[in-house]
Amino acid sequence: MQKQISLLQSIGLGFLGLGCFIGLWHGLAVSGMVSNIFLPSPVEVYDRFTTLLDRRFAGATLQGHLAASFMRFAYGFILAALIGIPLGLLMGWYQLLDEIVSPLFDALRFVAPIAWVPFAALWFGTGIGGPIMIIFAGAFPPCVINAYRGAKFVDPRLIEAANMLGTPSHRVIREVLLPSSVPSIISGLRVSAGLGWQSLVGAELIVASAGVGYMMVQGQANVSTTTVMAGMVAIGLVGLALDSALRLAERVIQRRRGLEN
Amino acid sequence: MPRRVSIGMATIFIVCILWFCATTLFGLIPSGRFPSPAETWSALIHVSGRGYGGGDLTLHVYNSLRLVVMGFLFAIATGVPLGLLMGWNRKAEAIINPIFLIIRPIPPLAWIPLAILWLGLGDAAKIMVIWFSAFVPSVINTFAGVRNIDRPVIEAAYMLGMPKTRFVGEVLIPGASPMIFTGLRLSLQASWTTLVAAELVGAFYGIGRVLNVAQQDLYPGMILVGMIAVAILGWGTTRLLGVAESRALRWNTAALAAKG
Repeated sequence: MQKQISLLQSIGLGFLGLGCFIGLWHGLAVSGMVSNIFLPSPVEVYDRFTTLLDRRFAGATLQGHLAASFMRFAYGFILAALIGIPLGLLMGWYQLLDEIVSPLFDALRFVAPIAWVPFAALWFGTGIGGPIMIIFAGAFPPCVINAYRGAKFVDPRLIEAANMLGTPSHRVIREVLLPSSVPSIISGLRVSAGLGWQSLVGAELIVASAGVGYMMVQGQANVSTTTVMAGMVAIGLVGLALDSALRLAERVIQRRRGLEN
Repeated sequence: MPRRVSIGMATIFIVCILWFCATTLFGLIPSGRFPSPAETWSALIHVSGRGYGGGDLTLHVYNSLRLVVMGFLFAIATGVPLGLLMGWNRKAEAIINPIFLIIRPIPPLAWIPLAILWLGLGDAAKIMVIWFSAFVPSVINTFAGVRNIDRPVIEAAYMLGMPKTRFVGEVLIPGASPMIFTGLRLSLQASWTTLVAAELVGAFYGIGRVLNVAQQDLYPGMILVGMIAVAILGWGTTRLLGVAESRALRWNTAALAAKG
């Protein structure tokens, strides 16, 4: 490792890097070396972004598409958490269940979430049900795996102490096992949210009639590179907001537990 | 764990029986929704014999596998060196990290429309998206791997006046290699997801193409065959990577065992 550099220097270099990146992009786009359809300049993308905010494209404004996407995401994600977390915890607590479910789970895990698209469309249609199922397929495994780890790797001394003191088993679950698996569950939710959001984008590219992914496909069909890029920016911003919110929750819970390092 | 294995096999067996009962025996699930074992089998025969969606099964598998391997290797060849550089050189990290921070939140699948606009529906667009999705995990994990190398090891190498090239080959890369492999596993998974999505959006050959045509034809047996093919390919490539990993890290576990 080289020596640490000062904060000021690192911020300066960071701006330099960003400046070069955006400058190069802008320069390439403006110079006319690459066609404008191929690579619009950052300014044009920004303009398109603001235009999309108050003019309809592919049936709705950008906020409208984002709202449609986000609602599907919320349904799929909540469903995955509601089913995945209890399943993971139960698998961690009851060995037999673990031994029964694990092989099925491992077999299904290798099917990429996006490969569920045809069945999702067949079973639930392309409106809202199909995409929700894809998000579920993406967000479900991390929920299960992390809840399972949380429940499986509880400090055995805590359980032994509770047993020795004669705590009834439902209280052991509620007061020992559940609280000590919370940090792992929250990290699982963060991973899930990322994968769910990404699956949603994939689902909307393939089957949907609204949402940001659909807007991007329409942009692509109309050879409107600015629309596609504006969609990417919007997707990135929402993903970033989701991730930051769950990171914050993770940190708050760790701090309360005194686990902060 | 023999008990675990036997219960696992019993479970899979029971699920297959239930599948047969629900579809063929009692007709609880209409065949338009989910195929019976016989229908799945005939779809497999169909695609491997006469072919489906523009080619037979070997052609589709070959095409998907080829694209994943190319995108993946390309991502390793660019991502691992960049991760090493960022891990080693604080200035490089300070310059590159902010660019990463703004690009990373965009999921790889969101690059598909742009890739199609830029490169069309052929192989190049798919390799670009796969490269993109596999690049990020390999950079991040290589970077973390370098940062996790024991300081005394680095200092000892310095003190002994190790030349730069040997330092990279004998300290930096081996020291980071456990994390590098973690990154590669994530990259490989991401590659498959992205490939399937890219092929579903538009392709001439490949497993995703089979899935797409089967969806339009309302052909559940073929959908299931496609999904199973994706799962087997994903599993197989992950296993291969695991073998490579245990080979490459053999010295490391030996070192750990020697330490006691």
